[in-house]
Amino acid sequence: MSAPGTLPRWAELGLLPVINLVAALLISGVVIMLLGESPVAAFKLMAAGSVGTQEGIGYTLYYATNFIFTGLAVAVAYHAGLFNIGAEGQAYIGGLGTALVCLWLGAWPFWAVLPLAVLAGAGFGAVWAFIPAYLQAKRGSHIVITTIMFNFIAASLMTYLLVNVLIKPGQQSPESREFSVNAWMPSATDVLARVGVGFAATPLNLAFGFALGAAVLVWLLVWRTRWGYALRVAGENPAAAVFAGIAPPRVIIGAMLLSGALAGGLGLNELMGSQHRILMDFPSGAGFVGIAVALMGRNHPAGIIVAAVLFGALYQGGSQLSFDMPKINRDMVVVIQGLVILLCGAMENVFKAPLAKLWHGCLARDPKPTGGTPAPR
Amino acid sequence: METYTLIVLLLAATIRVATPLLLAAIAGLFSERAGVIDLGLEGKMLGAAFAAAAVSATTGSVWLGLGAGIATAVLLALLIGFACITHKGNQVVAGMAVTIMVVGLGPTLGLAWFGLGGQTPQLDGAGQRFMGIAWPGAAAAKEMPFPGLLYSELLSGQNSIVYFTAALVPLSAWIFYRTRFGLRLRAVGENPHAVDTAGISVNGLRYQAVVISGVLCGVAGTYLSTAASSGFVRDMTAGKGYLALAALIFGQWKPVPTLGACLLFAFTDALATRLQGVALPVVGVIPVQFILALPYVLTVWLLAGFVGKAVAPRAIGVPYSKEK
Repeated sequence: MSAPGTLPRWAELGLLPVINLVAALLISGVVIMLLGESPVAAFKLMAAGSVGTQEGIGYTLYYATNFIFTGLAVAVAYHAGLFNIGAEGQAYIGGLGTALVCLWLGAWPFWAVLPLAVLAGAGFGAVWAFIPAYLQAKRGSHIVITTIMFNFIAASLMTYLLVNVLIKPGQQSPESREFSVNAWMPSATDVLARVGVGFAATPLNLAFGFALGAAVLVWLLVWRTRWGYALRVAGENPAAAVFAGIAPPRVIIGAMLLSGALAGGLGLNELMGSQHRILMDFPSGAGFVGIAVALMGRNHPAGIIVAAVLFGALYQGGSQLSFDMPKINRDMVVVIQGLVILLCGAMENVFKAPLAKLWHGCLARDPKPTGGTPAPR
Repeated sequence: METYTLIVLLLAATIRVATPLLLAAIAGLFSERAGVIDLGLEGKMLGAAFAAAAVSATTGSVWLGLGAGIATAVLLALLIGFACITHKGNQVVAGMAVTIMVVGLGPTLGLAWFGLGGQTPQLDGAGQRFMGIAWPGAAAAKEMPFPGLLYSELLSGQNSIVYFTAALVPLSAWIFYRTRFGLRLRAVGENPHAVDTAGISVNGLRYQAVVISGVLCGVAGTYLSTAASSGFVRDMTAGKGYLALAALIFGQWKPVPTLGACLLFAFTDALATRLQGVALPVVGVIPVQFILALPYVLTVWLLAGFVGKAVAPRAIGVPYSKEK
């Protein structure tokens, strides 16, 4: 991709995502106006519903937990030059691993179940990412297509398992029995109560901490290790990587294993933390929100956390909106999500080029007007 | 005789499922042979399905609905073109983004306009749907099962979109391999620099390809909401755009093999419905989900190069710039 003009780092990382978000919100505002509601009132409602109360904040961070996991998953693959659309399927299969541990070892104490559940979730997610990774690395199959296919294969497999194997006997809806209380992730309310802080009852749970931990881990791995360096070189320039003695196939497989493992973390929040059972389609699109989050967060863990919280607020605010404005439902949030992906991911050059022109134009004219000469770069 | 009737009905179901699949796959074929990855198939179809049903419900004319469906899908295609061709954006991301946007936009507009929880009203008035066209003598042919049933159930009684789709395969094969436009289209997907050197606009050709894809997706979406069912419901494409993409790859980016892939995938779908809970000799009950997953597994298998080899157009996914 050729960049028509360059921007300083702070503008590239900070300003551009904000401009893209504002543009996405403006377009959504127009849509809301077309629906016959006031966009200002709608966004106010969303803000109040997502960060205005303790309950709203709890839900926002609970959604954000899912998006941090999937956003990190997309980002790690992205740094290796891979576009992982399969986070949805990897999260689904990863959750299966977590749920199996919780169902089988429910009699064990929490401190024994937890590490196994984490390992199983990461392991199952990694396995589901391994096959597309192997096929990309060794057989040259396009990873975008194979990961899409694997999302559908995962959905079929999970439907089969939930309907025929895991279903609680004597029940209609395809979901497992409830995990024993030992396998429940402690809720934020309980954790905070222990240190003497009161917090409203929400699905927010300890998995949020795991998500933040995963973000730190990704930062260390990708930016502070030899492996991460190889990953980024292979992603930027595979030919140069080969000259530097890096084997791209190994990097591809390694990056996708980590990516799948991160997506597998979703089960900790959604299943152990909130639902306490495994049920049909529990990732409910978080894998695709991860794409938006990674793009908006510029594939950096810090940016991803910010973007994930923002999307968490959008999801929570969106449900609030559908209560108060009967003409608008939660699907409006999906529209905003699509717009963010479009503007941050596919149309970044649309704003970047004029912004760069503006920037260089200002710099050139500031100290001494130089007449007709072009702005220095 | 019962087996025979069963097979004919299975084939009839195959045609019904294959029609939107084939339309979308041929749509993708035009876009991808010109070098633009078409991950927006799902979104364009879904958008068209909503627009067609909404317009048909309000105006009472399915043909106006078809027009609205095509217009919507073309607009979405132009949006993808604007991002990917003019501004050299990432094609995969653009397609995904448009699909996600439409997934949300359909039910949002549906709720605001019709107040039915995101659906469109039932299309039950005369002229609001594409209905089957009975050929002369179809009713009489039914009396004599062989070969009459083949005539009455498969040839006759389909709607106009099905016949259009059947004609589309030879038509697009002719366009791709026998016309100057088709040659240029294939060239721009393989080696855009050569096309540019010949003094032909690369972006112009790609825009034409993307618009053709939009038109065909529009027809496919209209089929879903006004022929296959009577109205728009949330997520009604249910992954058919991606299945079409799989068929297109399975058909190795060629019209006739793509037709074969679509028929195969549609047949597995029809078979899965038919085999639900039926115990077969020797193998017993085959879980429906495994049959439904078969197209995706086959496509991955082919992509892996274990059987044959799917070779994508060489310049696919790469935005064109003169300097490189």
